Amino acid sequence: MAGDDAILETEGLTKEFRGFVAVRDVALRVRRGAVHALIGPNGAGKTTCFNLLTKFLQPTAGRILFEGRDITGLRPAQVALLGIVRSFQISAVFGHLTALENVRVALQRKRGESFDFWRSEKVLERWNGRARELLDAVGIAAFADVPAAELPYGRKRALELATTIALEPRLMLLDEPTAGMGREDVGRITALIREVAKGRTVLMVEHNLAVVADLCDTITVLVRGEILAEGDYARISADPRVREAYLGSEEG
Amino acid sequence: MAVGSEPAVLAPVAATGHGLRHQRLGIALLAALLAVAPLFLYPVFLMKVLCFALFACAFNLLIGYVGLLSFGHAAFFGTAAYAAGHAAKVWGLSPELAVLFATACSAALGLVFGWLAIRRQGIYFAMITLALAQMLYFFYLQAPFTGGEDGIQAIPRGRLLGLVDLSHDLAMYGVVLVVFLGGFLLIYRTIHSPFGQVLKAIRENEPRAVSLGYDTDRYKLAAFVLSAALSGLAGGTKAIVFQLASLTDVHWTMSGEVVLMALVGGLGTVFGPVVGAAVVVSLQNYLAGLGHWVTIVQGCIFVACVLAFRRGLVGELARLIRRPL
Ligand SMILES: Nc1ncnc2c1ncn2[C@@H]1O[C@H](COP(=O)(O)OP(=O)(O)OP(=O)(O)O)[C@@H](O)[C@H]1O
Ligand SMILES: [Mg+2]
Repeated sequence: MAGDDAILETEGLTKEFRGFVAVRDVALRVRRGAVHALIGPNGAGKTTCFNLLTKFLQPTAGRILFEGRDITGLRPAQVALLGIVRSFQISAVFGHLTALENVRVALQRKRGESFDFWRSEKVLERWNGRARELLDAVGIAAFADVPAAELPYGRKRALELATTIALEPRLMLLDEPTAGMGREDVGRITALIREVAKGRTVLMVEHNLAVVADLCDTITVLVRGEILAEGDYARISADPRVREAYLGSEEG
Repeated sequence: MAVGSEPAVLAPVAATGHGLRHQRLGIALLAALLAVAPLFLYPVFLMKVLCFALFACAFNLLIGYVGLLSFGHAAFFGTAAYAAGHAAKVWGLSPELAVLFATACSAALGLVFGWLAIRRQGIYFAMITLALAQMLYFFYLQAPFTGGEDGIQAIPRGRLLGLVDLSHDLAMYGVVLVVFLGGFLLIYRTIHSPFGQVLKAIRENEPRAVSLGYDTDRYKLAAFVLSAALSGLAGGTKAIVFQLASLTDVHWTMSGEVVLMALVGGLGTVFGPVVGAAVVVSLQNYLAGLGHWVTIVQGCIFVACVLAFRRGLVGELARLIRRPL
């Protein structure tokens, strides 16, 4: 493991919404194998950054390099196929599909496109085994046949994680995976992320600084769309500018 | 977005593996029922129901399983009616070729409309499909081959494969039944195919489907073309059965009617559109004496349905027995 081999890099990444600059000149560098946190007060531009990196939004300026390759011009589905898979700030599951089917939709991607409307969905059953393994890995095997909409919130996020891992992403972008959870669920999800981060790279937005301290080896602080500071937890938490930016706008 | 996400909210019961047996049973029952129906009901009435049922099923494929509300589906129904009428009457094609040609025309039109509309979300999608359908309506109003206000009349039913004389209503009914069942089964298979699984994922959460690597625009377009083609199959068959293709078939009220049928029966249900079509066509028949009041009565049913049976007749039934229908 070459220590500072970057899997993802951005140069001058900028996004402007009708004159309002949400992300300004961001140079981000995510090391391969790292668990990297992106933190910052509300409205700092963290989710916008994720949208830019996954091409859900087109940057106004700047470049995005994934494994040295310029992906700035790709479409979101193409980015996903390269191995950058994101989760969403608001839990994103397929509500009327069962938990098993949710994971299978991701596994199904491996067979290429699925335009075959004349074929029975039985061909998807060959992924049932793998889907159950993944559900088991996140501790919701018992809910395999339950529609995702009926799962409790914490379980939904676990399902989301299982679906994300199903694609075997090389880089996972997690947007506030513990938001809105009780303490018990936070502990469970944190342990899960630690588990799935093995052998992968994770970039996560997280407000819960205890989780950040626990999981992440590098932290980037974003304030008003710009990078304010970067470093490990000890260094970031000691930085007076970071403390100031967080004062009043953050409970943590 | 609001319109786009609506059917997901209303989708009655998640179709898990065990629920499918009920649906298969239901299909067998429906086929048996339709086979003996001409013993009790007028074949012409039944054929009308079946043509509209297929149309409503095709429409429901989009709204119920992809979450796309098209408000211009009359364009596909009506285009096919004209195409079949022209092919059978002017070119003298046999009925099966005329309907095939009509279906192809609607599929091609679906590709164009879909390509123009598919990137739009929710209500914008509905508005663009409506606008395109209206443009087509005015084109057909002026075009030389549609017969303007008169339409194409006296379309010959002809002989199926050059053999079976379709001027007999029972023979014609047999053909319509086969066409309907074929289209219905194709839609059923589509819903329960790998493709259908992706469509449902898009309906439930499009950004998530994108983030899993699905180019959702292409899937939506494919579904749109399929729906347009099947609407065309319905419209072309209708023209042969009733020997008439007219402006009514492409009018926006026809687009509204198909929405009504799907809604009355239940969006996102397999059998809903069939029941919805039967209810609406029956009402139109029995209320025909009321003249313009039919529209008002229909409007009232629409409102009552939305208020009382949010999930439609079949949707509510499915909820009651906790099985997808
Ligand atoms: N599509 C958009 N159009 C206009 N402005 C937007 C858009 N998306 C985000 N913004 C604005 O950009 C800024 C950054 O938003 P963003 O969602 O990226 O913040 P965030 O750091 O994720 O905040 P939070 O912690 O609340 O999730 C906000 O002021 C927001 O209002
Ligand atoms: Mg955010």
